[in-house]
Amino acid sequence: MSKVRVLVGTRKGAFVLASDGKREHWEISGPHFAGWEIYHVKGSPADLNRLYASQSSGWYGQLIQRSNDAGKTWEPVGNKFVYDGVPGTHQWYDGTPHPWEFKRVWHLEPSLTDPETVYAGVEDAALFRSTDGGQNWHELPGLRGHGSGPRWHPGAGGMCLHTIVQDPSNPGRMFIAISAAGAFRTDDGGQTWRPVNRGLHSQQIPDPDAEVGHCVHRIAMHRSRPGVLFMQKHWDVMRSNDAGESWQEVSGNLPTDFGFPIDVHAHEPETIYVVPIKSDSEHFPPDGKLRVYRSRTGGNEWEALTKGLPQSDCYVNVLRDAMAVDSLDKCGVYFGTTGGQVYASADAGDNWAPIVRDLPPVLSVEVQTLS
Amino acid sequence: MIRVVLPAHLRTLARVEGEVKLDVQGAVTQRSVLDALEACYPMLRGTLRDHVTQQRRPFVRFFACEEDLSHEPPDAPLPDAVATGTEPFLVVGAIAGG
Repeated sequence: MSKVRVLVGTRKGAFVLASDGKREHWEISGPHFAGWEIYHVKGSPADLNRLYASQSSGWYGQLIQRSNDAGKTWEPVGNKFVYDGVPGTHQWYDGTPHPWEFKRVWHLEPSLTDPETVYAGVEDAALFRSTDGGQNWHELPGLRGHGSGPRWHPGAGGMCLHTIVQDPSNPGRMFIAISAAGAFRTDDGGQTWRPVNRGLHSQQIPDPDAEVGHCVHRIAMHRSRPGVLFMQKHWDVMRSNDAGESWQEVSGNLPTDFGFPIDVHAHEPETIYVVPIKSDSEHFPPDGKLRVYRSRTGGNEWEALTKGLPQSDCYVNVLRDAMAVDSLDKCGVYFGTTGGQVYASADAGDNWAPIVRDLPPVLSVEVQTLS
Repeated sequence: MIRVVLPAHLRTLARVEGEVKLDVQGAVTQRSVLDALEACYPMLRGTLRDHVTQQRRPFVRFFACEEDLSHEPPDAPLPDAVATGTEPFLVVGAIAGG
């Protein structure tokens, strides 16, 4: 019997939601690490019992937790994130140079093939890797050192490396995204990097077509077609058909093209999901209606998915790491809100129901499909 | 024996209940107490002091004998009452956030 496990990070702890393949009845465990901010929890694709969690606090800093039994028990592992060499400076909000300072881990991305290898995207933006199950962390300095680093600047939420996408067909290729620097690609396992932002257009920066400086919110890829990428930018939903070499806007008929998450259907590489948010100063859905938008054409043509979602007086947000899909048939789609709800659809978005309604604000949602 | 009281979140992290008791060799200072604490409970590394600079985290305070010792030099001797175990060394999460 198939099962799914939904890993939820919130402002005040982590929760694990489990169900069978019908995805109707859920067991909820947590809070794990009660009182701590859990920016992200993610399982290893190579060992479904191996989970990693980013645990942080304004008082006590950053911790990384690891579970070898699917979240039943946890152990703290290494939390020493030290930039390689002299950290240097990036731009501060006022345009002055500001020293690189580690603040927290936003995103943990376990290797596709090795449970002991995991990547960490951190604020101030940098990429770290552990090859011993999170005990020791080392920066991949080629990213910050490729040349544009001193020109990067923080977005409103901080200068965070929040997205890490591995190419399953090419072990050396990986994509990352930074707010507000843009998207970057390596083809040699993280030694060297280059910006892949051609085609992005951001009116909020002095040169709207600059090589770096774009506020990319999220990038998604379908495993079967790693050359095609989808991006939710600060404004604009974008698509690349050439592994980021160029981007085209596919916002189409969306009611607003601002938003945070974007994801791809597990079995239909042209079916994608976004959650339009009214604007960057009004972080809630247009008209108080929580609507997921689905495109079955890889963008441009979008349909609103509303059944089971609140269609009045709803003013929550859905953050960039807070949407995920399972790989069952039919594909399940999940997202969490800043209002503490986690919604699930067991039919690719046609119908929705809350798994839980009253968690702390949800920061991240990941899904494991267990056969 | 040095007595250390940790805040609740760090007691949970270190999996201890109540006070922590430590053997400290040599002079009893903030640094030597924290070194001994981290040696016994490695999961606390980085939660009280920065890994590299060893500076106290901004929202962590050190109290003892009804005094705030947070701004004392890390190698200054702690009060005799702490060194003899009469009084505990208190690690406190600052009240912050309104």
